[in-house]
Amino acid sequence: MSTLSTLDESALPTTAPSDDFGGKSSARAVKDQVARVVMWAAFLVALIPLVWILGSAVFKGGQMLLDLTWWTHSQNGITSRREGGGAVHAIQGTLIQAGVTALISVPIGVLTAIYLVEYGRGRLAKTVSFMVDILTGIPSIVAALFVYAVWVTTFGFQRLPIAVCLALTMLMIPTVVRSTEEMLKLVPNELREASYALGVPKWKTIMKIVIPTSFSGIVTGVLLGLARVMGETAPLIILGPYTAVIATNLFDGLMPTLPTMIFQSYGESVQPSVDRVWGASLTLILLVFLLNIAGRFISRFSKVRN
Amino acid sequence: MAKRIDVKDLDIYYGDFKAVEGVSLTVEPRSVTAFIGPSGCGKSTVLRTLNRMHEVIPGGRVDGTVALDDQDLYAPSMDPVAVRRTVGMVFQRPNPFPTMSIRDNVAAGLKLNGVKNKKQLDEVVEKSLKGANLWNEVKDRLDKPGAGLSGGQQQRLCIARAIAVDPQVLLMDEPCSALDPISTLAIEDLINELKSKYTVVIVTHNMQQAARVSDQTAFFNLKATGQPGRLVEVDDTQKIFSNPTEKATEDYISGRFG
Repeated sequence: MSTLSTLDESALPTTAPSDDFGGKSSARAVKDQVARVVMWAAFLVALIPLVWILGSAVFKGGQMLLDLTWWTHSQNGITSRREGGGAVHAIQGTLIQAGVTALISVPIGVLTAIYLVEYGRGRLAKTVSFMVDILTGIPSIVAALFVYAVWVTTFGFQRLPIAVCLALTMLMIPTVVRSTEEMLKLVPNELREASYALGVPKWKTIMKIVIPTSFSGIVTGVLLGLARVMGETAPLIILGPYTAVIATNLFDGLMPTLPTMIFQSYGESVQPSVDRVWGASLTLILLVFLLNIAGRFISRFSKVRN
Repeated sequence: MAKRIDVKDLDIYYGDFKAVEGVSLTVEPRSVTAFIGPSGCGKSTVLRTLNRMHEVIPGGRVDGTVALDDQDLYAPSMDPVAVRRTVGMVFQRPNPFPTMSIRDNVAAGLKLNGVKNKKQLDEVVEKSLKGANLWNEVKDRLDKPGAGLSGGQQQRLCIARAIAVDPQVLLMDEPCSALDPISTLAIEDLINELKSKYTVVIVTHNMQQAARVSDQTAFFNLKATGQPGRLVEVDDTQKIFSNPTEKATEDYISGRFG
């Protein structure tokens, strides 16, 4: 005991430990403070537009949404100078078109991503990947013009809601491919190898191991793509003009949507229309918000458990 | 049940790069063979050719023959998926399927290959977990996720998963390198039991482990830096660790090397 303590004491440094480490650097403390302030400032600046937009939409459009007729009636027979009517026709149209767009784009996008991650080697895969990159960058109005040129000019069809869906599909596929690709790449290779080593064929490994493992990520990506498509306006203006009545047929006539409703009402500078602009805007934000909540909820059911 | 492995003049490539050259060795049924050697000498690569996992890597291919009881695994008519059902594998890092419960992890090989009979599956799960010395620890929580077990338990779960498909041969790629000494001991005891039923080949960096668990030891080394790896010597474990024929083996085992 005594020898041990003498040893310990002699081993102790005679000077204060801070000298050995050069003391506390005041320059570093200042840098730390500056970085902290800059980060907080950047965060607050980024928050301003978000809060502002939400604030004005709620403030100016909230009143409209509180009225039950907003959710039950269309604008059929209501002129821009008159108050009243609802947005159910536009909400329905937006949901139908987004749904059909997703129905077309999700299988194509997910399968393309599976090809790129699991099978794609060599030139074809590189070409596909490059094409997806280009498609990602295509402005929505160009996609709309392309569909117009093919659908109306070349084939001579009418402007139909389904044509809108085709244009939206062109915009949604690349986002689905990219997000799904990222999620599939996150699945560790060890899981694939573990499955192969059990004598499970590759396609089954993908179906039963890879996709379930990345399921929640894929769903989130799809919903984000869908949210973007719901707010897309250019294809709607070119291919799907507004109408004030309820329409559910994709293959006949016109189908109103929230963006076209906003665009239509915006053109008429009387108070009832201005209210409708904000009401429809807030409704659209709300739909996207609900979509995100639904995404979270579905992710909960993901089978990855810890 | 257990089968004999004959490897003859095996060259292994990654694309144009020759990773391993001229391996010939025989593994007797119901025995444990350890592969030892420095990192990057191709032990794991050789192991992965024994159940055709090597070709999963793009550009991976082999020359030469690997035979399982005189059946050439690389014959053109041979289906790699069928080979992997016969020759099971346990990996370095425990890799239970994160979406599955303990029960489903063990049953995965059978379930994914179309076995639906619940009674049969339950029997196999119990038998395999007992075979992997894990049954007593998990029998009350078979429906809990497999990823929630400790590292050593997860590795035994992976062994149970591998033996559930009733393979003839069990390959283990450094199965204890991510585990603590207690878990390692559990796995080593298990290997000792497994060898009464299966042919076991194990890659290890731990020479004591090779000496403890194996009947036969193969020492791999690089010819020179940048050259392909090769099999230096294969012999009874006793002989390799007491009186090896090659000087390189002795140097490596006694720690005078690299």
